[in-house]
Amino acid sequence: MQKVAEIAQKRAIQLLNQGAVNRVLGWKKGEFPYDETPAVFASADELKDFVYDSFSSPNLSKYLIEESRKEGKVLAFLKPCDTYSFNQLIKEHRVNRENVYIIGIECGGMIDVVTLKNRGAVGLTGADDDGENITAHTLYGDVKVRKEEVLLEKCQACKGKKHVIYDELIIVNPQDEKPRDRFAGVEAIEAMTPQERFDFWRAQLSKCIRCNACRNICPACSCLQCVFDNPKSGVASKASPDTFEEQLYHIIRAFHVAGRCTDCGECSRVCPQDIPLHLLNRKFIKDMSAFYGEYKAGEDSETRPPLVDFSKDDVEPCIISDKGGDR
Amino acid sequence: MLKIKKSDLNKLYAAIAERQTLYIPCNVSGKVNYAVWGEGADVDLSTLKTVRSAKEVFFPQCEDIVSFKKEGKNISVKSDHKESEDFVVFGVRACDCRSFDILDRVFLSDPVDTFYKTKREHGTVITLACNRPEESCFCFAFGIDNAEPEGDIAAYFAGDYLYWSPKTEKGLNLTKTLNSLLLTATDKDNDALEKEQNNIRQTNERLPFYGLDLSVWGADGLLEKFNSEKWKELSEACVGCGACTFVCPTCQCYDVRDFDKGNGVQRYRCWDSCMYKDFTMMAHGTPRPTQMQRFRQRFMHKLVYYPSNNEGIFSCVGCGRCVEKCPIHMNIVKVIKAFGGEKNE
Repeated sequence: MQKVAEIAQKRAIQLLNQGAVNRVLGWKKGEFPYDETPAVFASADELKDFVYDSFSSPNLSKYLIEESRKEGKVLAFLKPCDTYSFNQLIKEHRVNRENVYIIGIECGGMIDVVTLKNRGAVGLTGADDDGENITAHTLYGDVKVRKEEVLLEKCQACKGKKHVIYDELIIVNPQDEKPRDRFAGVEAIEAMTPQERFDFWRAQLSKCIRCNACRNICPACSCLQCVFDNPKSGVASKASPDTFEEQLYHIIRAFHVAGRCTDCGECSRVCPQDIPLHLLNRKFIKDMSAFYGEYKAGEDSETRPPLVDFSKDDVEPCIISDKGGDR
Repeated sequence: MLKIKKSDLNKLYAAIAERQTLYIPCNVSGKVNYAVWGEGADVDLSTLKTVRSAKEVFFPQCEDIVSFKKEGKNISVKSDHKESEDFVVFGVRACDCRSFDILDRVFLSDPVDTFYKTKREHGTVITLACNRPEESCFCFAFGIDNAEPEGDIAAYFAGDYLYWSPKTEKGLNLTKTLNSLLLTATDKDNDALEKEQNNIRQTNERLPFYGLDLSVWGADGLLEKFNSEKWKELSEACVGCGACTFVCPTCQCYDVRDFDKGNGVQRYRCWDSCMYKDFTMMAHGTPRPTQMQRFRQRFMHKLVYYPSNNEGIFSCVGCGRCVEKCPIHMNIVKVIKAFGGEKNE
């Protein structure tokens, strides 16, 4: 991975010096291995702080909504799953493709710091990644774990190592495609009784602190003014005396991004309370594929998404009959 | 100094809860937050930081203020303020405990916040020393000693025991009701505890933020900091969520809103975030239309405005929750350092 970062940094400097791009969107080194911040670099000197490793989890696509509208060209490093988000934003006319130079960067999976800490790496100050294992350096000694076991949820359910849009690629170590079951979690919930399912979601969603991190990080949530930020809408983006509202908030959001959510997993990554929000989105993805044929949002930038398309053959799914009800 | 065997802690919780509501960090649906103790509660005192801080016990995220109800042609108005009952909050870390002082200066100055005040008066705070400080901790930068926390009663884990030291009248009163469970510590115990406290302080010295220096911050240089070019770069990646504000033990801003109940209105207050677009929205609009301005507000408040109004005291206690929870990992430590807040080794 270190080699990938070096190549990426060198290439960014080269493109800046050639004048091919004006600035570079990447990840900036933090205080720890895990607190990298998305940043725009404007010079070779600034790029000294560029970093790319198994903690570069933030999806940079959403920043391109703003960045691609500025003057000049921006170089953006996108991981395979991030390219789906970018494609989807092109489809929704939210980014200016001409102003973005995309370097698809290889990804060996990103580490979930919360899981790593839960596995004993409390007081985490450093980490080495040899591709197979993570050696976490902590205040209280080293902790060695298999990388596979501490990957972010979005990487556990990796969509694949293919970049769906790019201008050039940096791939040093071609990654094996491992078969991943993205829908096991959804199926487990589908198998519950309605009461169990209700209890599951109520327990999870009642942890919500209404910080809106899920919404604000979400590349599909690109409304200029969210309905929850509109004082005239009668709902608010803050806590309400009726717990019904915060439970509904997440379900409404999942409906709103249905067909547009690329399952980039950022919502679950950033939730301070670890609410498994990806399960709501994946339920929609699974159902849409079942009803309208296999569809992956962001796989390309042209096809019509199932929920804004219509054909006479469309199914008319009836929830009640599907669940074995009489009508 | 008193003590109780770790294996008897459940008896202690039960004895407290028999008389008063006991709030204690519990694992609920996979995350540790303050919750009301009951038989079978999954108490977790080994997780250093609850997601929400202990402030929520005194200043809940959502709180009813007054309700309006339509009755025929009349509207009845009922205050939702009620005198708090006595309660105990157990397991408060030194940083969170200090945050109560910071909140007191806001809510207990004129005009006094009666909702907050009654809870402060009726709450007994049992703190807990931090046996294993984490990499994101920097309470020491604010003169807080995580080995010797403040509070009505300070508690400490060492060896097989929880040690118990009442510090105030409230603490002594609660201790009296628990006499049958608490043993007197011996000299040997005191030595063991002292050793543990030394360990904690030595660990602090190894922490990555040990060199953090707040001397460049405070009331002075307000305009110079306000006008600094640095805010643009620091705030560039901020997504404008409220994660930092809602996990913060010292953030005290709230919004007052009306909830339409159909046949009446519930007026309530809820935590607000200066990171939100509609923060301090007025008839003419918002005074901080850009995210840079909102971002700057948060840190200027903690490191400049609050100290200017409160004898130089910062409204940050170094708990490090924001360091861990920010979706894009921008945080107060990076801000402090960007303006030169690091001791040269």
